[in-house]
Amino acid sequence: MSAIRITTPILDDSVVESLKAGDFVLISGVIYTARDAAHKRIVEALEKGEELPFDLKGQIIYYAGPAPAKPGRPIGSVGPTTSYRMDPYAPRLLEAGLKGMIGKGSRNQEVIEAIKEYKGVYFGAVGGAAAYLARCVKSAEVIAYEDLGPEAVRRLVVEDFPAFVVNDIYGNDLYKIGRCQYMEIEDPALFKC
Amino acid sequence: MREIRVDEVRKVVKKLCMEANYYLPQDVLNAFEEGKKKEASPVGKNVFDILKENAKIAATEEIPYCQDTGFAVIFLEIGQDVRFVGGNLEEAINRGVAEGYTEGYLRKSIVSDPLFDRRNTGNNTPAVIHYRIVPGDKVKITMAAKGGGSENMSRLAMLKPADGIEGVKKFVIRTVSDAGPNPCPPITVGVGIGGTFEKVAYLAKKALLRPIGHRNPDPRYAKLEEELLEEINKLGIGPSGFGGKVTALDVKVEWYPCHIASLPVAVNIQCHASRHKEIEL
Repeated sequence: MSAIRITTPILDDSVVESLKAGDFVLISGVIYTARDAAHKRIVEALEKGEELPFDLKGQIIYYAGPAPAKPGRPIGSVGPTTSYRMDPYAPRLLEAGLKGMIGKGSRNQEVIEAIKEYKGVYFGAVGGAAAYLARCVKSAEVIAYEDLGPEAVRRLVVEDFPAFVVNDIYGNDLYKIGRCQYMEIEDPALFKC
Repeated sequence: MREIRVDEVRKVVKKLCMEANYYLPQDVLNAFEEGKKKEASPVGKNVFDILKENAKIAATEEIPYCQDTGFAVIFLEIGQDVRFVGGNLEEAINRGVAEGYTEGYLRKSIVSDPLFDRRNTGNNTPAVIHYRIVPGDKVKITMAAKGGGSENMSRLAMLKPADGIEGVKKFVIRTVSDAGPNPCPPITVGVGIGGTFEKVAYLAKKALLRPIGHRNPDPRYAKLEEELLEEINKLGIGPSGFGGKVTALDVKVEWYPCHIASLPVAVNIQCHASRHKEIEL
């Protein structure tokens, strides 16, 4: 599979504009983990005008809560968690300058619209491939909300982290495209292509 | 009466928690091989390769296959001629879980209460424990590490008896279709039919413990399993949800007699990390 290499930070508009649903990417550089509880706190901080764990502008958030690291390792197994749970928070973060999200599973219409409006991108990683993906993580450091345990915000340095572009700024959705290509049941009540 | 020390149960539970999370069962690994052969999508085939590689890394390095090391669901089949001694059985099980998850570098994913505090308990306890008393003097302990992503996509319906076989099929297919890429396909689908509201959910979970490819002993239900599997694999969701022919590795149905007014159905979805391990004492 030919890959598009992406280096962070910063993910700028020209990179985001060039990405299309279905593209295979290898991400290198800094990304941040945040999932349910951390998103709640980040959005509360945004609303109150309080300091954020990191400057969202141009950054990528990885929806993940790692397993503990074995001694001598930077991190434990770390695959993506299901993204729809972050849907209530994602548009607010994109508005504040976040550019990329890595997770697994479908996003709702509000997130898809926010991706178009604020020029963002949603990457899908292979869910459950957590031991495999941990090999791409070179270092990890808890930078906020340590009390949340696996849900704390971590700053990761990754190398060639593999993912697919799922939702691009043009309104395409890889999960839909892929499913419609292989679907053998024509039932719009179940799924509309 | 055969006496079993609860401390022995603790040790066994601890070991099961770690091993279930590091080593995927052989039937699942075989299903990945078969799945790759059946899969038409090149991306889907690639996902199978990644999953096989992931399983290899996890087993070799003794690290969890998935970072979501799950809710510890413990099934105990206790022979009626067994007497537990040396302490409280339930405490011993939870100590085993706590030690397994802490010393095994497994993620702690349990919060103290669902609504108000949601404070992480820090050691993945309490476990969900199902006890069953059976004849004999043995104890069978099964540990299933149940991930949250696929559990969230599971559903239960109290159908009308008039809905019949078609109604059951429709509900199962709709549940898998709506779940789409979310529960980490290729999935295993546990289906409970009959019993009561709580019994049917238990049946669906229990169904997931049966090895892939082993059919229900009742030929009518075995046929239903095969028909459901075929229909689900026409949905196009595919490995990781990127599109393909292999959405499910298997469908397993468990049933129980039910009330004249009822037709309960439960669908418990299991991600490709179908982790469970058992031991007999």
